[in-house]
Amino acid sequence: MTEPRPKAAPPAAERSAGATISAAPPRRSFLARFQRWEWMLVGLIVLVVALNSQLSPYFLDARNLSRTSSDFMEIGLMMLPMVFIIITGGIDLSVASNLAMCASFMGWLFMRGVPIWPAALAALLLGATGGLFNGLLVARVKLPPLVVTLGTYAFYRGVAYVLLGDQAARGYPAGFTFIGQGKLPGTLIPFSVALFIVLAIVFGLVLHRTTFGRTLFAIGNNENATAYSGVPVARTKIIVYTISGLMAGLAGIVLAARFGSTRPDIGLGLELAVITAAVLGGVDINGGIGTMGGAVLSLLLIGLLRFGMGLLNIQGQVQGMVIGLLLILSILLPNVARNLSARGGAPQRRSLAAAAALIAAFALFILFFFWSRAQVLGAG
Amino acid sequence: MNEPILELKEITKRFSGVEVLHQVSFDLRPGEVHALLGENGAGKSTLVKVMTGVHRPDGGEIHLHGQRVEFDAPSASLQAGIAAIYQELSLFPDLNVAENIFVGRQPTAAGGRLDWRTLYREAEQLLASLGMHLDLKQKARSLSIAQQQMVEIARALSINARILIMDEPTSSLTLTEVADLFRLVRRLRADGTAIVFISHRLEELYEIADRVTVLRDGAYVDTRPMAEISREELIRLMVGRTISNLFPKQEATIGDVALKVENLTLDGVFENVSFELRQGEILGMAGLVGAGRTDVARAIFGVEPPTGGRIEVEGKAVSISSPQQAIDLGLALVPEDRQLHGLIPPMNIVANISLPMLGSFARRGWLRPRQERDAAFQAAQQMEVRANNIWQRVRELSGGNQQKVVLAKWLSTKPRILILDEPTRGIDVGTKAAIHALMSELAGQGLAILMISSELPEVLGMSDRILVMREGRVTGQFSRAEATQEKIMSAATQTMAEAL
Repeated sequence: MTEPRPKAAPPAAERSAGATISAAPPRRSFLARFQRWEWMLVGLIVLVVALNSQLSPYFLDARNLSRTSSDFMEIGLMMLPMVFIIITGGIDLSVASNLAMCASFMGWLFMRGVPIWPAALAALLLGATGGLFNGLLVARVKLPPLVVTLGTYAFYRGVAYVLLGDQAARGYPAGFTFIGQGKLPGTLIPFSVALFIVLAIVFGLVLHRTTFGRTLFAIGNNENATAYSGVPVARTKIIVYTISGLMAGLAGIVLAARFGSTRPDIGLGLELAVITAAVLGGVDINGGIGTMGGAVLSLLLIGLLRFGMGLLNIQGQVQGMVIGLLLILSILLPNVARNLSARGGAPQRRSLAAAAALIAAFALFILFFFWSRAQVLGAG
Repeated sequence: MNEPILELKEITKRFSGVEVLHQVSFDLRPGEVHALLGENGAGKSTLVKVMTGVHRPDGGEIHLHGQRVEFDAPSASLQAGIAAIYQELSLFPDLNVAENIFVGRQPTAAGGRLDWRTLYREAEQLLASLGMHLDLKQKARSLSIAQQQMVEIARALSINARILIMDEPTSSLTLTEVADLFRLVRRLRADGTAIVFISHRLEELYEIADRVTVLRDGAYVDTRPMAEISREELIRLMVGRTISNLFPKQEATIGDVALKVENLTLDGVFENVSFELRQGEILGMAGLVGAGRTDVARAIFGVEPPTGGRIEVEGKAVSISSPQQAIDLGLALVPEDRQLHGLIPPMNIVANISLPMLGSFARRGWLRPRQERDAAFQAAQQMEVRANNIWQRVRELSGGNQQKVVLAKWLSTKPRILILDEPTRGIDVGTKAAIHALMSELAGQGLAILMISSELPEVLGMSDRILVMREGRVTGQFSRAEATQEKIMSAATQTMAEAL
């Protein structure tokens, strides 16, 4: 063997005779530690809170915050398993439809005299079955997840309409609606928020601290090599899609409890909000990269942004435009950072173009914000 | 003979610092069939890609009709009259024969409409001039491989190609189809077309080629008239390296049978493969690319389970339908393609090494990072992986170091049977020697090793016994003492008729 020649000379303390590699964690500068998307999100959250509390006296009101927070919990509950799925390189477009199918099934059972708790349990099981069906088609039949869940997106929503027609199921007992409307005794914290926080911690630990979580990243980065390493790839995918279905069922129960009734159009369009929250949180849509912390932070950011804009009487559609711009920024920024750190002509030129696009996007962002405010204030 | 139409002078080509062509010269005259011969990895494909403008040479010159040219894109060489027909045919499956011939250059009538009449008339004339009998309106999808090849040749000639490169054109043809192809090649030669012909089948070269140029390890060996060189001499030119002490296989005590394979078959890929592998033994598996060796390894490891035959591990009949089962039985597979099957390049060294044994670094599913790190560090250190630290991403490492990570990963599963598929392909000499020393040491500890390698000196130097495969069958078996490069090459290239 030739003499060991480390690529970069290690610090004297780590250098030992014959060592070719070190087990010490990489040294990163103070600045480098903050070059993470999660910190970017924290910064944006601080910015949004600061701006909004200046613009509206009602923003930092605990009661308001408490009320608005529960509006985002169904999205949050479905986002947790969505992070798993996207990290494996998949996607689940059927979550909101599955939610509606489960909520409608529960309402349908309830209207036929089934007590609410067994009906809710049955809804959870139905959700898990819906997820399992997606998982089997994706992992065993090896169909593309986008197409499979686009199909079940239409199918599950259809089942909701078949079950309830144009009726609404209502009259849920108070013990049940507590799930969506109640607060923890003696506090302003909604029960659904507490439920989400607990589950977010569980999902986060599973993703980042277990062998199961590790294999999700491995599958998303290189499915073939993961299979060669003896990981049961198909089974893992089936489990992940089943969990997604189960959580959609849970979100359906929470949403029905919050509304106190169920209509078949419940939760229409939520799947896009769920995917947006995950991707804005830094979960790579191509799989293999992402953190649960980032996803939760991005949900918080979206919630605060929408709440703040709502207080300023900015219409929902304009709110959507702002969130959409933010999403594009979230995938543009890391590209710019990567290109700036890379050398060479072509990447540099591309990074300049990206930076220009970035500035233009920011300008648009600000413009929309004030333009729409002026519209509303002018009309009022 | 007349002046060369194409001349390559001392062409050198490097890929990320590794020289794959070293001052290779080649010339081609009008009206000749010039064969290009060499082992896998000798540089034939790279040389072809230099001629067709896919790769730009790092050194040397290309002369066309006596004038220096530079091709910066495949279109440039095509324009200059050089066309290549590769093994993977590239017709548009839903277009018909005539459309495929003129695709991208369809004759147009006034207003940009397709002039169908001219299209079919010209296609018909062309095929007639080549003596081809094809239905112009048949979709490419429904043509046989041989017919598709004819269409590709017609397409090449329709753009007035004067130089035609054929990369293993006969590899999937029947005997009568080969005869048809050769009739066409002779006709083209008579018309003055210059043809570069690549084939592993020596007997075909004797039938069709005028001259032969042999490459070895990316370097030019010799150019000879085909009529003046014997088969034995050709093989010697192809493989003629002296085996150095780069391959230090030491004598090991050969123990019990660790792996026994009987009549293993995967329909349409390989059939009736049988062999025994003993503890402490290195069984070499030689053959050309595509002989089915990798597929046998994948079948044994459960990646793509076989459709027939028996596998016995340590005396017990087993049925392995997933890599997980294979790992539990004490098997490990270092696959041929590191990037695709061996590693997860965006992840760090630790995660890559621990992946097959992740369960052993966890308690009830919860990872124990310290144990994982320590085990990975130890394995990486043992393999002398060179990196800044074990948290470095694998894709940032050199090829040799990546291969060491793959080996560290599989050796930490403590296998009793190790399958190595091209263990030293594309890595530097130093790492190669280290891997050979490691294999010898592991065999000495009683590990049973199945080594697939396309590099003959490696097979000869490392193996206790050698198995040769060709076209999905075992065509030869030699002991270390009786094996020679010539015998292996001959078993790997002979036709089935000769084997029987």
